[in-house]
Amino acid sequence: MKIGLVSGNVVSTINHPFFEGHRLMICDLISPEGEPDGYTIAVDTVDAGVGDTVLIIDEGNSARQIFGLTTGPIRAVITGIIDSIDQA
Amino acid sequence: MQLGRVTGTVVASVKTEGLEGIKFLVVQPLDKHQEPIGKHVIAADAVYMAGPGELVYFVASREAAEALEPKFVPVDHAIVGIVDQVSS
Repeated sequence: MKIGLVSGNVVSTINHPFFEGHRLMICDLISPEGEPDGYTIAVDTVDAGVGDTVLIIDEGNSARQIFGLTTGPIRAVITGIIDSIDQA
Repeated sequence: MQLGRVTGTVVASVKTEGLEGIKFLVVQPLDKHQEPIGKHVIAADAVYMAGPGELVYFVASREAAEALEPKFVPVDHAIVGIVDQVSS
């Protein structure tokens, strides 16, 4: 899983049927220390908002299971909102 | 998923089995500010409506093949949505 910072969203009318009714968020991927490492567009399942630090699952089979699917063009899913990260 | 700009089309008359009827587009991957990053990819159009000039989002690897269900399609990138609006 990865750590992300929600920075915006994507609005789309013409899309694959899977994406109907799902919110797409632009997430900056960051290290636990906050270093940037690219971005991804993830499907939201937890009502995350801009500015939230989130937990992102970036693996297709797990993502499909979250939506109860066996097939679907989905890989990155926001699965949690992070309250804090402590590094030993 | 990643943002991309469709920059062209690809026509191939001779194709491997499973690719019949699939439209291929040249896509320039973009960062979240819509600046080009990395090299062009050739993506299958899974929304059947994308064309040159459009801002899209696309998936890669196995998710790309799943975008073109029901039959398995041997592609490695697929456009799954046309972007109306991005806030980043």
